[in-house]
Amino acid sequence: MSKLRLLFVKEAQASYISHLDLMRTFQRIFPRADLHLKHSQGYHPHPLISIVLPLPVAQSSECELLDCEVLEQTNGEGIAEKLNAGLPLGLRVRECYEVTRPARELAFLRAKVELEYDAGVPTGCVDALRGLFSRESIVIEKRTKRKELAEVDIRPMISQVLLCEGDGCVHADVLVQAQNPGLNPALLVRAIETHLPQYAPDFSRVRREELFDEDMKTFR
Amino acid sequence: MDKRLERILPRVQKPARYVGGEYNAVMKEKGSVDTRVAFCFPDTYEIGMSNLGMRILYGVMNEMEGVWCERVFAPWGDMEEEMRKAGMPLYALESGDPISEFDIIAFSVGYEMAFPAILNMLDLGGVPLHSSERTSLTPLVIAGGTAMYNSEPMADFIDLVSLGEGEDLTVEIIELYRKAKREGWDKQRFLAAAAQLEGVYVPSLYDVSYNDDGTVQSITPKCGAPARVTKRIVQDMDKSYFPTKTIVPSTEIVQDRVMLELFRGCIRGCRFCQAGYVYRPVRSRSCDLCAQYAQESVEDSGYQEMTLSSLSTSDYPPLTELCDKLEDFCAERHVNLSLPSLRADNFSMALMERLQKGRKSGLTFAPEAGTQRLRDAINKNLTEEDLLASCRRAFAGGYSAVKLYFMLGLPTETDEDVLAIADVAAHVMHAWRESASNKARGVRITVSTSWFVPKPHTAFQWEPQIPKEEYERRVKLLRDHMNTKTVNYNWHDSDTSFLEAVLARGDRRLCKVLETAWRKGAKLDAWEEYFSLERWMEAFRECGLDPHFYANRTRSHDELMPWSMIASGVTEAYLKREHERAYRAETTPDCRTQCNACGANRLVGGKCDV
Ligand code: SF4
Repeated sequence: MSKLRLLFVKEAQASYISHLDLMRTFQRIFPRADLHLKHSQGYHPHPLISIVLPLPVAQSSECELLDCEVLEQTNGEGIAEKLNAGLPLGLRVRECYEVTRPARELAFLRAKVELEYDAGVPTGCVDALRGLFSRESIVIEKRTKRKELAEVDIRPMISQVLLCEGDGCVHADVLVQAQNPGLNPALLVRAIETHLPQYAPDFSRVRREELFDEDMKTFR
Repeated sequence: MDKRLERILPRVQKPARYVGGEYNAVMKEKGSVDTRVAFCFPDTYEIGMSNLGMRILYGVMNEMEGVWCERVFAPWGDMEEEMRKAGMPLYALESGDPISEFDIIAFSVGYEMAFPAILNMLDLGGVPLHSSERTSLTPLVIAGGTAMYNSEPMADFIDLVSLGEGEDLTVEIIELYRKAKREGWDKQRFLAAAAQLEGVYVPSLYDVSYNDDGTVQSITPKCGAPARVTKRIVQDMDKSYFPTKTIVPSTEIVQDRVMLELFRGCIRGCRFCQAGYVYRPVRSRSCDLCAQYAQESVEDSGYQEMTLSSLSTSDYPPLTELCDKLEDFCAERHVNLSLPSLRADNFSMALMERLQKGRKSGLTFAPEAGTQRLRDAINKNLTEEDLLASCRRAFAGGYSAVKLYFMLGLPTETDEDVLAIADVAAHVMHAWRESASNKARGVRITVSTSWFVPKPHTAFQWEPQIPKEEYERRVKLLRDHMNTKTVNYNWHDSDTSFLEAVLARGDRRLCKVLETAWRKGAKLDAWEEYFSLERWMEAFRECGLDPHFYANRTRSHDELMPWSMIASGVTEAYLKREHERAYRAETTPDCRTQCNACGANRLVGGKCDV
């Protein structure tokens, strides 16, 4: 029996697969690669797999992590290639290795947020956004787990926002807290809509780029 | 990915169903194919992808060199609205190309309530609705599926109907189309030639005239089209295509499992059942091949659920042998085997106990009628004693929930028959008291009734649907007599059954009603959320037609039916005989006990291999 971790890409079509559906999709991929997932006990045995930090639907990522236990004895070598043969478009396993670090040591994530302006980037936009993200506090309204609207200050969860202007868009390179509590980078766009509605983009894209631990070392 | 789509998707429910890219979806180079087929299912992705027939034909077409078949489903309302706002036409999932760019747009139509969705999909794809407005060969709009056994209400919109099982005929139609394209035929020439293919019905090649009372007076074929088109079938199930390497959706669908088809047709002959008649005769796939397909399908898909699907699965002669063959493999792979429908007999019960292992979910039986007399009249081969014995066995084995399905408004039904449904439920309750192994868990008995819809090509095609008021009276009668505690009574009070009865036996004049209702907003009418009877009633008024003429009228045996140009292989004489026997409450034995000369044997060259 081995505890394995997959590092995988989720993008394009696959970015619309929900967390639950993604679990189901992976459950089916293992048997296709002749790997047997360990199952839970009981009347409805289900395969034991978990996704470390589920990605919100419609975002893409370079660095998703999935933990699982397989009955075979393996250090993960050659598994990524096998799994990739059976994956839907937009999912690609980069690496498969034995779990050495617990998921709770994951502390930060870096993401690219692309803000699209159909009529071109408004003048003064980047400066205004820089101003916004250097404020002491950035309060937005957010739905809680119980579906009520609550005000939260997202500033403490933001470590860094680097902005640069492109053609019809603004690129934001952001570093945010990953968990306990974690910040969904899409909420930076919500902050713009709330505090600088005149600079609200027509569309935005979020892509996770890298995961880090407390000491800003890459987390695997 | 399409930029418009990228902006729309975050705003709609379940976006994964609109992007394609699933495992085993077939991708081809556009430049390497000469014929592109947009295979459309007039319902949502979750329903369409659960359809085995669609998966078979998708495989068959994509195995053809130079042909690329892609899938198209009806978008849910939120997605449709976004697409229309963004000016985005209906597209196929594989390439993302608009359906108007395809050579052939093919619809798989399993039920009448999907008719408005077909119009809506054509419109959303920017394809003119009427066959007559589409003057060039391309795109050709074709349709098949069970609901096309009476395609008259769709006659104005569909260029060509493929009748029966499509494995061979679809290939023939595509080959003829390719020839027509190569040789530059016009659409008329192509349709006339297609009508010569066995199983092809071209609605525009038939003139229909009506009597003053609204019944059909005559149906006249033109341009050499045959007076009667007989459905096609697969002769040898062991040689027919089965999709062991099939698409595994990345989002949950209704039948999210391997669907293993054991046989086609049904030996039983329930008189109300359209599938039972139009899929005749029964043809089995050999046990070894079924076992092989089962393993290959599980290995390729990674599914851990498999349904042994057929019309009446426990009638598959080597069923026990098949389960023996699959047992070890399934256990090792954690694959659950399930049976879709259960007959209330010892054999089925034993099998089910074996398959279900620890999982004691609810059991479902369909006695359809409350008294033996009425069950005999509809030829539902089930006695109350069988039902109760099965229930006792299930309760003793630890089951604590039973669902019972009945129909109200069956021909010859009296109040006595209706009240007997309550008695059956009470007897099941009694069986629980006698045999439950664990009374502390309690019991849940659910009785559901639906409003009977007479279907074409059945022994009841001449019968009226009982009027709504009468249906409601019978529901109330039953409700008032359901006084066994712990029996839950659900009734289908939906008006969809009425409209289904209208469309199922409609004629060509309904085309304009359909179009009017669609213009008023009818689209996904198989869904309660979207269905509005009021809209349809307005459409009927505007078109000067009476829906009750279609739903609630008794037809005489010598009336010319609007679908008379279409033959399922079962003769009309046989259906009449069955109809008469129903009134005498005489049963007809199943095909294995005795051949009853229904006519379907001619489709397999003489004698049915039951
Ligand atoms: S011809 Fe006889 S055996 Fe064949 S389907 Fe009809 S009744 Fe059954």
